[in-house]
Amino acid sequence: MPYTARRPQRFSREELESRIPGWGADLDPADRPAVPRERTDLQTGAHWEFPERQPEEWPRERSVEHQFLTPVFGTTVPAKGVSGAVRKYAYRFSEGRAAHWLILVAADRVDAWGSHLRSFATLRPDNPVTETGVLSEPARRGFRSRFDGKRPDVKHQWLDPVIVAGPWLGVAAAGIAAVRALAARRSGT
Amino acid sequence: MRAMVYRGPYKVRVEEKEIPRIEHPNDAIVRVSLAAICGSDLHLYHGMIPDTRVGTTFGHEFVGVVHEVGPSVENVKPGDRVMVPFNVYCGSCYFCSRGLYSNCHNVNPNATAIGGIYGYSHTCGGYDGGQSEFVRVPFADVGPAPIPDWMDEEDAVLLTDALATGYFGAQLGDITEGDTVVVFGAGPVGLFAAKSSWLMGAGRVIVIDHLEYRLEKARTFAHAETYNYADYQDIVVHLKKITDYFGADVAIDAVGAEADGNFLQHVTGTKLKLQGGSPVALNWAIDSVRKDGTVAVVGAYGPVFSAVKFGDAVNKGLTLRMNQCPVKRQWPRLFEHIRNGYLKPSDIVTHRIPLEDIAEGYHIFSAKLDNCIKPLILPTAS
Repeated sequence: MPYTARRPQRFSREELESRIPGWGADLDPADRPAVPRERTDLQTGAHWEFPERQPEEWPRERSVEHQFLTPVFGTTVPAKGVSGAVRKYAYRFSEGRAAHWLILVAADRVDAWGSHLRSFATLRPDNPVTETGVLSEPARRGFRSRFDGKRPDVKHQWLDPVIVAGPWLGVAAAGIAAVRALAARRSGT
Repeated sequence: MRAMVYRGPYKVRVEEKEIPRIEHPNDAIVRVSLAAICGSDLHLYHGMIPDTRVGTTFGHEFVGVVHEVGPSVENVKPGDRVMVPFNVYCGSCYFCSRGLYSNCHNVNPNATAIGGIYGYSHTCGGYDGGQSEFVRVPFADVGPAPIPDWMDEEDAVLLTDALATGYFGAQLGDITEGDTVVVFGAGPVGLFAAKSSWLMGAGRVIVIDHLEYRLEKARTFAHAETYNYADYQDIVVHLKKITDYFGADVAIDAVGAEADGNFLQHVTGTKLKLQGGSPVALNWAIDSVRKDGTVAVVGAYGPVFSAVKFGDAVNKGLTLRMNQCPVKRQWPRLFEHIRNGYLKPSDIVTHRIPLEDIAEGYHIFSAKLDNCIKPLILPTAS
């Protein structure tokens, strides 16, 4: 009861020990692996003060909040094409700026659409049937699960067309309005 | 080699890729024997995490055999069976030298706000992950550790993230004897956080989710008291009622970026990507914990701002604790708990999927078909 000094307590220590395997094995907060948060006595296996530097084989984008390129970095999927240019532009902004992250999210969409289009010029075009995994549905009551109200990925699915098509329709409407306004001004009406 | 490849939101496939090469003297190349799909991989799969590039291979939970090592590697050799923590880290920077391995400053040029993570976008350094036949493991002297002979490989792969992170979440809660702990999310991390809360002396462990089969697992595997938030008009009020209007002492957010339950947050956070995710679970945690309580966050959020109820946290005098788990720091104690029979991580595994069927694996996990809790990926079965 928070209205008195007494704290709610439901089970005794004996009840918990008999019911829960290992109850209280890490009871002492001071003896837990992440306590204290900072420890300088842990042996990491590092035998360098500053690691040798990995060669930079192409201009690697980096956060402007870093003094220099970190000594080790991933080399998978270098930025390329239009999405790559957008990504590089995003890296001009610090991580503290919403622009940095939102431009990167936009670049991801450009990348997905660009890659999808490029795949049609290859021997292995994108296949929405096999790549979305929907073939797993027939054997796993996928059809019925869409209607029993318990499947998490269908609850908000009706929103997707609105979100995908909405901005395009908005831009188109604005464009039509602008053209009509221009035409009206020229005709002097 | 065969590897899972991201093709855009909700699309993945298996492709032939070059076997990774040694790019730094302390690199190793590991032949993957077992990997997993993590709940946080779904945030990538759904296009939630900025700078997730088409062509990337996901997978930060994996174990395997060392195939090749760079010239400065001293602690592992070809043929060693190793488990690899999801953190890529150098072991020597300011943060690593203080045990904060997940905050390493030497491995992620793309961001200073997060360390390096295998297969987790360029925001986390641009490393390929382990849902493939081979993977590059930087700083092989620091991250990987031998899998003990007595340990099952399926237990080992869950130690590389899910179990360690759940256990870490309970530690962040600073649980003291008799505390009431509420865990939001009954996925793998939430299940392990609930189970670990007992080890730390919790007096009552409550798990909240909206999928009945996951709540059933929380009851049987984690001995938890469970509530389906969909059954209540306001889950926060319900939690207050069942805790004598006191609130929980500790709340653990094991949901992260794709929390459901609030329409506006879902649209702006999950659909439009205008927030770092939908912070519904985090706000419920802030609201349902008692004054002067602790909120621990181990669910993954994107780096964009989120509409978090910070004023309530201030006015209630809460302690908010959060981080990516420094995995290897947890291992010695978790090894003991597994040996003592207190934890059996592989009990949560529900699916074992060949790499060639990875698209189906992601779809099953994402749509929660077939009562899926934890799918493992078998690269060699391809």
